[in-house]
Amino acid sequence: MLFTSYSFILFLTVMFLLYYAVPKKCQWMLLLAGSYCFYAYSGIHFLAFILLTTVSTWYSARRITRIQEQQAAYLKEHKASMDKEQKKRYKASMKKKTKRWMLTCILLNIGLLAVLKYTDFVISNINGIFHTGLTFMNFALPLGISFYTFQSMGYLLDVYRAKYPAQENAAKFALFVSFFPQVIQGPISRYNDLSGTLYEPHSLEWRNISYGIQRICWGFFKKLVIADRLLVAVKSLVSAPDEYMGVYVVLVIFFYAIELYADFTGGIDITIGIAQVFGVKLAENFERPFFSKNITEYWRRWHITMGTWFKDYIFYPISVCPWMLRLSKKSREVFGKAIGKRVPVYLATAIVWFTTGLWHGASWNFIVWGMLNFLVIVISQELEPLYAKFHNRFHVSGKTWYNAFQILRTFWLMGAIRILDVYRDVPLSFRQVGSIFTTANWNELFNGGVMRLGLTMPDYLVLVLGALVMLAVSLAGRSGSVRDKLAAKPVPVRYLVYYALILSILVLGAYGIGYDSSQFIYNQF
Amino acid sequence: MKKKRVIALLLLICLLIGSLWFLQRLFMPKYVDEIFEGRLIEEYYENAGGNDVMFIGDCEVYENFSPITLWEEYGITSYIRGSSQQLIWQSYYLMEETLQYETPDVMVFNVLSMKFDEPQNEAYNRMTLDNMKWSMSKWNSIKASMTEAENALSYLFPFLRYHSRWSDISTEDFTYLFRQEKVFHQGYLMRVDVRPVTTYPAATPLPDYQFGETAYEYLDKMVALCKEKGIPLVLIKAPSIYPYWYDEWEEQIEAYAKEHDLLYINFLELIDEVGIDFNTDTYDNGLHLNLSGAEKLSRYLGGILRETYGLTDHRSEPETAAKWQEKVNFYYEMKADQYRELEEYGYLKSYGGRKPEE
Repeated sequence: MLFTSYSFILFLTVMFLLYYAVPKKCQWMLLLAGSYCFYAYSGIHFLAFILLTTVSTWYSARRITRIQEQQAAYLKEHKASMDKEQKKRYKASMKKKTKRWMLTCILLNIGLLAVLKYTDFVISNINGIFHTGLTFMNFALPLGISFYTFQSMGYLLDVYRAKYPAQENAAKFALFVSFFPQVIQGPISRYNDLSGTLYEPHSLEWRNISYGIQRICWGFFKKLVIADRLLVAVKSLVSAPDEYMGVYVVLVIFFYAIELYADFTGGIDITIGIAQVFGVKLAENFERPFFSKNITEYWRRWHITMGTWFKDYIFYPISVCPWMLRLSKKSREVFGKAIGKRVPVYLATAIVWFTTGLWHGASWNFIVWGMLNFLVIVISQELEPLYAKFHNRFHVSGKTWYNAFQILRTFWLMGAIRILDVYRDVPLSFRQVGSIFTTANWNELFNGGVMRLGLTMPDYLVLVLGALVMLAVSLAGRSGSVRDKLAAKPVPVRYLVYYALILSILVLGAYGIGYDSSQFIYNQF
Repeated sequence: MKKKRVIALLLLICLLIGSLWFLQRLFMPKYVDEIFEGRLIEEYYENAGGNDVMFIGDCEVYENFSPITLWEEYGITSYIRGSSQQLIWQSYYLMEETLQYETPDVMVFNVLSMKFDEPQNEAYNRMTLDNMKWSMSKWNSIKASMTEAENALSYLFPFLRYHSRWSDISTEDFTYLFRQEKVFHQGYLMRVDVRPVTTYPAATPLPDYQFGETAYEYLDKMVALCKEKGIPLVLIKAPSIYPYWYDEWEEQIEAYAKEHDLLYINFLELIDEVGIDFNTDTYDNGLHLNLSGAEKLSRYLGGILRETYGLTDHRSEPETAAKWQEKVNFYYEMKADQYRELEEYGYLKSYGGRKPEE
């Protein structure tokens, strides 16, 4: 059930009416029932997968908490009779038990994700390398499996690290995993952040409803007016790569950057807006990423919950694991302190970016995309001293024009890497980027080239205006909530904005017959 | 504060509903340029009631029969409820709807649409369904007609379908925002131009000649409905030589008519008897008849209907005659306009529906 479908809007309306009609203590149960109905709509058999992850994670976390409680009680009881060494041994034995539960659960769930998502990728590589004819399995991927698996595993690791105790109520935990607005494309929530507002009773509050609906409408605007309109041009450009080289690849980079931003942030706006309507607060996933001045900053501001997930649950554990510490020691001995200390950091970073790429999709395009991100980050860090010298020598730091240069540089660099998303394979992606420098066809842009991409002049006009509105809202958001600012305006102004927003979605939105309305790009991950 | 907020919200909702209503009217196709067929269905409501004969079907009725001729020759009042590629379930629901407005003495159904057993084309669906008045018949017709890509909601709120026309709005959309000019003659679309038949179609073999279950289901429903209302149902096959009418199809219709004791007339077998000359009586190489052909065919059918069903001659009824005289006048005006256009331009420029721009 796509967020932009009529059936979803009907589903949402019914859920909203029921939510504030049922007794408050039953609200979370209604959300659970609604979430499972929503999930079942994608295929009733997929419920088995999300149930497996839910039950296995809930049970394992509960067992881990039991062991931790048992340990605390035992140590308290035998505080006087145990020496330091005994305590250490006891703790180690208990840790081993919790670790067993944690690893078993992770293996089961990540294994399930890996089998469903990556089997055909592995088979295609085996067939390619060994010229075998292994049959593809063509497993259907359960809705949002990458998102809910990562969210559940994050919870499990937090419980394992004794950050908070496990949720005792299986149904409540099931809601955390399946909460319908976020199950398909995130944000990847943390249990301790989400559980507070997810389970607590909510009264009908004007502010939540109003702000939530505003956010939903804003998401619809970005998705339907901008992203789905640009999709037409992007599809035309990438479906005929031989025809569209040189300057057209620049267009692909630019158009796809805007499309992906409008699509993904639009989807997250709708998600957060829906949650707010139900009184639930979800984590923000973006912080004006296109204003980033370097790639590290960009990744702190784009898909924030995914970035922090990889940092907390992959990067840190790898960085401090025993074999990495040994490697660190060894590399310091071999390469010296300066270089040696970077080896484990860069190795952990490489692993993070490899898995990030793999998480995005089972193809070499995404793996290369991840590794290119890693490469740019490493080069940027290695060149840091050089940049510092340059900044000091020419006093450019903080200057508006230099900030603009850095922002544009990051935008185009990220855009160039990102086109691995859209072309069918890695060599083609590189060839296309290379053609920017080898194909001199800039004049085609002004000779009607852009009018052959399936968009009309009014479409481009809508896109320019839509992008400007998006930019203006983004700029306004730098100094505080745009909705707060709007709420402070006089009633006629405020309502005129609502009117214009709703009408522009309904009139200019690329939906219905005549438009190839796409699903959200991140639904596929 | 709360009261102010509620008032502002209500105003916003009213303003949105008003704007959407206006934009829906603006964006909906006006069918004033060539594709007049999109307006066939809506013209009926101004002319509903008092018809002896009701024709139901696709272009093979609204382009091949002239109700004005039936009136002039026999004093029979009639109307054609037809539209482009009108599928059999659409015909059934239009028949059902028509019976809410009037009870004709005879119902005539053209059987070509028996060849379709599944929804076909959104554009044709729209021409048939968009301008039907709201009723259960319309809703059922929508449900039966929708192709996979369509959504029933966009029939309830056509704005959802036509919003993408925002960039194609022309002056005509404003001119015909709240008014339409009359184009049809009791559901008949007049064409006086001539394009003779040059080749006769060959029968391309089909994998299966059997009419589908759905088509039969709706034909059964038509029979049952007419029986319930006590209206004789006449099945016809118009004398259009395209698309090809197969012998296997003919056999099925003949058998069905015999089984249900229905009168069935295949005009393809009566071309000489009717007097149709495909050198002069068609405007598109034999797909449809022109005015000359339609008048001949109507004259012939009128004779059968009068004799078989004893239809009353209304020409001696002053009120009916006066009403029909207006229709006759409009018919001859358009006929003269079309001949004038042919003479002036060599082709039909406005089809008489609107005066050509000077």
